[in-house]
Amino acid sequence: MSSTKFILGLFDDPDDMMHGIDKLQKNSVPIYDVYTPMPIHGIEDKLGIKPSRLGYAAFMFGCLGGSLIFSIIYYTMVHDWPINIGGKNHFAVPDFIPITFEWTVLFTSFGMVATFFYATHLFPGRTPRAMDYRATDDRFVIAIDAKGNIPHDDITNILKDAGAVEIKHNDRKYVSYE
Amino acid sequence: MASHNESIIREPLITGKDITYAKITNDVLRPVENMPTKAWWIGFTVASLGALLWVFAVSYTFWYGIGSWGLNKTVGWAWDITGFVWWVGIGHAGTLISAVLLLFRQNWRNSINRSAEAMTIFAVICAATYIVAHMGRPWMAIYSLPIPNQYGSLWVNFNSPLIWDVFAISTYFSVSLVFWYTGLLPDIASIRDRATGLRRKIYSVCSFGWTGSVKTWQRFETVSLILAGVATPLVLSVHTIVSMDFATSLEPGWHTTIFPPYFVAGAIFSGFAMVQTLLLVTRKVLSLENYITMFHIEAMNKIILVTGSIVGVAYITEFFIAYYSGGEYEQYTFLNRFIGPYWWAGCMMYGCNVLMTQLMWFKKVRTNIQISWALSIVVNIGMWFERFVIIVTSLHRDYIPSSWAMFYPTWVDVSVFIGSIGVFFTLFLLFLRVLPSVAMAEVKLLLKGSSEQAKKKLIEAGHQQPEEVEFYKEALTKFDSVELADYQKA
Repeated sequence: MSSTKFILGLFDDPDDMMHGIDKLQKNSVPIYDVYTPMPIHGIEDKLGIKPSRLGYAAFMFGCLGGSLIFSIIYYTMVHDWPINIGGKNHFAVPDFIPITFEWTVLFTSFGMVATFFYATHLFPGRTPRAMDYRATDDRFVIAIDAKGNIPHDDITNILKDAGAVEIKHNDRKYVSYE
Repeated sequence: MASHNESIIREPLITGKDITYAKITNDVLRPVENMPTKAWWIGFTVASLGALLWVFAVSYTFWYGIGSWGLNKTVGWAWDITGFVWWVGIGHAGTLISAVLLLFRQNWRNSINRSAEAMTIFAVICAATYIVAHMGRPWMAIYSLPIPNQYGSLWVNFNSPLIWDVFAISTYFSVSLVFWYTGLLPDIASIRDRATGLRRKIYSVCSFGWTGSVKTWQRFETVSLILAGVATPLVLSVHTIVSMDFATSLEPGWHTTIFPPYFVAGAIFSGFAMVQTLLLVTRKVLSLENYITMFHIEAMNKIILVTGSIVGVAYITEFFIAYYSGGEYEQYTFLNRFIGPYWWAGCMMYGCNVLMTQLMWFKKVRTNIQISWALSIVVNIGMWFERFVIIVTSLHRDYIPSSWAMFYPTWVDVSVFIGSIGVFFTLFLLFLRVLPSVAMAEVKLLLKGSSEQAKKKLIEAGHQQPEEVEFYKEALTKFDSVELADYQKA
């Protein structure tokens, strides 16, 4: 029983890596994840990853921010302490639009980014789960869970055929942990 | 697919030979991973001396009160609001580049958006310091917020553009910051994974544990797109609201409906000029010529030309409407800009912003680095005078001639302004030192399709239309970072 936990295929070109994904899938090798230094378009479809639903979150946060500040303005300007400004209507809706807009944008942005960080487990001080340090530099890394995916040499050969410049058999999942 | 061949007739966005993904990382991180150069230290010393001047002048203002400024009964707003509007205007280009150009899929934004956004944030910080400073008693800033208080509660007046401004500027600043920082995460992770020891620990905390997995990138792109979508109307709303500080008053020269589009165009104009001022120096000092190319410089100059001309049209419209309105106060204000005691400020405004910018029609001017840099400074000066003319010349002579007065700045006024420039450059130089000045992940996206080497390969493969190849080679002649000799024999 080998101690290999993860097999990493390192590519120096995104197209070769996409080719590698195709080959692995043709051979029914499940892919754990792919780490790249830049977004790769079309990779989600290949790996069957569903579209992000962050847009819905953003919309809901926007609605929340807009209605919240509009309620605050209504309460302060119309209900709690109406100020007589030249006899004009207290419920001066056009005047309320700019700030309602600003808070809609504010809540959309902060709510969506907070949801993104929460869903992706990003927060200051989180220990990075890096499988290979060059994945943020110039390597496009396909990670394959070694457990159950045997024989490992076959996977190595598939990756090599696809043009991987380096193949690693790592004994631990994350290299960034001490 | 991850990459595709781009049409040969499009100019390259990355120049140079043998550019690899690793080379991009190395080139961009060189100033971050090495000790700063002499040029940086000189710049930083001068800038931080300016920042110290700012600290001193603002402390002096808070100690002795607003009376230490040159304001008087007639001219109650002058250098402070001029400086504020100037900085807010400069702070418009970053978000424009990162948001509007993203929505329009202008890929050339990728190599300039990071530093432009940083510049935006620092400019808005400078603008915000003016708001706080001009209160004289900065702790009173709390009364601009709608929080319960002991007066009843007496709330803020949500009908007032000044309160809209509080919300607009604070929203703009915080949303820009979030946009900028989210975009920085992958690049901070790149620094983290190359660093060791304490540096790695610090960048690790700042990177939020970024890994670059598929799902992370997918969400990242969604977030970027939606943020761009909401930041686009936001950036337009900010200067619209700033202009309403003036337009909703009854002051001649301020009370005009053209102000919102006119201010927004002026803001983009001055913002791009400041981006140009900074990037022309940055690309040289940090040797980023291959990533911030002549194409970028010319594109920005074109935007300066367009927005400068919009501003010019707005000036003419203002004059026409003043004449056409038949209002004598309105008419006098505009005549006064030329024949009054502030004629020299008016000449600086119209001369720098409209006349000088028209030089950009010439390609030789647009692609000449020295002239472009000089013109960007001219625009910065012109836009400062625009705000000065609007604010001071309108106020100093309005309805009652017995109240007419002049405005003379004190050394405190001048020091706060020069000091704020020092604060700005201190922050910008620190940014260049500790964070990547070019969005590496986004530039890497361009390497396979839009780079010079990719196009050269296409030409060498020989399946291109000869006239298109000729057209492309012709376009390359303006680049200062392209070896034209390589194309002669090919």
